[in-house]
Amino acid sequence: MKLAYSSEELKKTANDIRINIVESIHCGGSGHPGGSLSIAEMMAVLYFHEMDVDEKNPKWEDRDRFVLSKGHAAPAYYAALAERGYFDKEVLKTLRHIDSILQGHPDMKKVPGVDMSTGSLGQGISAAAGMARFAKQTGKGFRVYSILGDGEIQEGQVWEAVMSAGHFKLDNLTAFLDNNDLQIDGHVSAEMSVYPIREKFEAFGWNVVEADGHDVDELVEAVAKAKACEGKPTLIWCKTVKGKGVSFMENQVGWHGGAINDEQYETAMKELKG
Amino acid sequence: MNSTREAYGQALAELGEKYPIYVFDADLSKATQTVHFAKKFPERFTNMGIAESNMIGYAAGYAACGATVFASTFAEFAAGRAYDQIRNSVAYPHLNVKIAATHGGVLIGADGGSHQCVEDLALMRAIPGMVVLCPADTEETRRCVEAAILYDGPVYLRFGRMGTPEIYENGKTCTFEIGKGTVVEDGTDVTLIAVGDMVSRAATAAKKLKEEGISAAVIDMASVKPIDEALVVEYAKKTGCIVTAEDHNIMGGLGGAVSEVLAKHQPVPQEMVGLQDQFGRSGTPADLAEYYGLTAEKIVEAAKKCMQRK
Repeated sequence: MKLAYSSEELKKTANDIRINIVESIHCGGSGHPGGSLSIAEMMAVLYFHEMDVDEKNPKWEDRDRFVLSKGHAAPAYYAALAERGYFDKEVLKTLRHIDSILQGHPDMKKVPGVDMSTGSLGQGISAAAGMARFAKQTGKGFRVYSILGDGEIQEGQVWEAVMSAGHFKLDNLTAFLDNNDLQIDGHVSAEMSVYPIREKFEAFGWNVVEADGHDVDELVEAVAKAKACEGKPTLIWCKTVKGKGVSFMENQVGWHGGAINDEQYETAMKELKG
Repeated sequence: MNSTREAYGQALAELGEKYPIYVFDADLSKATQTVHFAKKFPERFTNMGIAESNMIGYAAGYAACGATVFASTFAEFAAGRAYDQIRNSVAYPHLNVKIAATHGGVLIGADGGSHQCVEDLALMRAIPGMVVLCPADTEETRRCVEAAILYDGPVYLRFGRMGTPEIYENGKTCTFEIGKGTVVEDGTDVTLIAVGDMVSRAATAAKKLKEEGISAAVIDMASVKPIDEALVVEYAKKTGCIVTAEDHNIMGGLGGAVSEVLAKHQPVPQEMVGLQDQFGRSGTPADLAEYYGLTAEKIVEAAKKCMQRK
C-alpha cells in the first residue's frame, strides 16, 4: 500500500529519520553518518509517498523494490523501515551489535523490508536493474528504486548496469544520485571526477531529472517525471549536503564514517529536535 | 564424444520445459551452449553483452524476485572476474543463482593461460555456503543441472570444453546427488578420486594398474563441495592411500578438499595430479595434457608412488 504523506509530513519524517540515524550510530558505536544524513529526504519520499509496499507482508511479490546501492548508508535505510513499521524502533539501537539483525551494511536475509543485500559498491544498481528487467520480462507492474552514491559511480560496474538499463529501456527503474561531492578521501571532483553527470547518463539512454535532494516537493515532482517517462530509466540527480541536518557534520569529509560520542550526540539531538 | 558444456546446453534446453528457469549469458552463448536454451525459450534468455559483473548482478536481482537463474560464461570470467559479485550479490544473500561456467582448466586448449581458469574450484569452494559441482560426462551433467535447479541456494557448476568419454553407459549407473560421490570402479590397493575430464583418465589408469596386478578404486567426486566425507574416509580405510586428479591447481580444488577430509578423519598418504601451481599455456588439449601431466600415465605413476608411502 502506498502512503500519501503531505509535504509537511514528509519533512517531519525526514527529520525523524535523521534523529534515528544519529541515535543508532551513537548506540552502535560506529557507522556512516554523513552519507546517511544526506539521503533522509529520499528515503522519506520513497517509503512514505512513492513505494507500493506492505510492512505487514515484506515479501509481497508484487511490491515495489528498493536497493540501497550505496549500502553504507544503511542507518538511513533502517530508520526509514522502522518508521514505516517493518520492525520496532528500539531495534535501531542495536546497529552493528553481535546479535543484531542490523548489520553494518544491509542484509536481506536478516532485516524485514530489505530487498537486496548491498555493501560492495556498484553491485546494487545491477541487482536493481535486474529486478526491473524481471518485472518487464514477467509482465509484473512493480517499480524499482535505487540510490547511488556519487563516489560509487566511479565503480566500472555502475556503467555496465547503466548501459544495460538504457539498452533494455527499463522505464520502471528510477535511480537517485546522492551528489554530496564527498567521498572518503576528499572531494569527488578532486579525487576522481565523475562529472559531467547528465551527459554521461543521457548518452547511455537515460532520462535525467535534477532535484534538490533535501526538498521533498522537488523529489516528489522528480519521481512523477520519472514515472511519466516511457522507454527510458530515470536518474534523479540530487544535489545534497553530506551530514545534512547536524551542523558540525555538514560538508565535513571526516564524517563519512565513524563514531558519535556522547557530547556530539547531545548537540546533534538538540539541533534535530529543535 | 560429448563435452560437458554441450551436455549442459542440452540439459538446459530440456529442463527448461520442466522448470521455469531463466538463463543469462555474456556474449558466449555458442561457446557455453546456452544458445540451445536461447533458441527454445527466448523469453527467458538474456544476453548481457561482455559485462560479467553486471550479469551476475542481474541474476541476483532476478533471484531476489524469486526466480531460479543460470548465469553462464567462461570459468575465468565468472569465478575470476565476477568473484566479488558472486560473493556479495549471490552467495552472501544465499540467492538461487547457478553460476554455470564452461571452459574450466587447461584442457580447453589453444586460447592459453589467460582463458584457462585453474583456480575456480578453489575460489568458489572458499565462499561460505556455495555448492561446487564438476561433472564428468553427459548423464552426470544433466543430473548436476537438475540438482542445481532443485537446490535452494547458490551453486557453481564447472564444465569442460573438449569432448570426453561417457562414464555412465553400458550398465554403469550414475548415482550423483549433491554431497555424494560415485564409485565408478571398486578396488582395494589405491583409490583414485577425480573430477570432470579426469574421471575417464582415472578409469583408464585403473585399467592399466589392473594389468600390473594393482586393484584401484575410482571415485567420481562431482560434488566437490559439499564433498562426500564418508566415502573418502571409507576408501581411505579400505585402500590406505589416495590419488586425486583434476584439471585445476592442486591447491584448494579437489586435491585440497580431499586432503582436508583425510587430515581431519583418516590420515593416509595422498598424491595430487593436477596443475602444480602453474598457469596454463597455448597448445592442443593433447599436448597440454602431456605438458602438465594430466594423463592416465601420470595417475598410474602417482598411484604407485602413493602405495609405496603406505
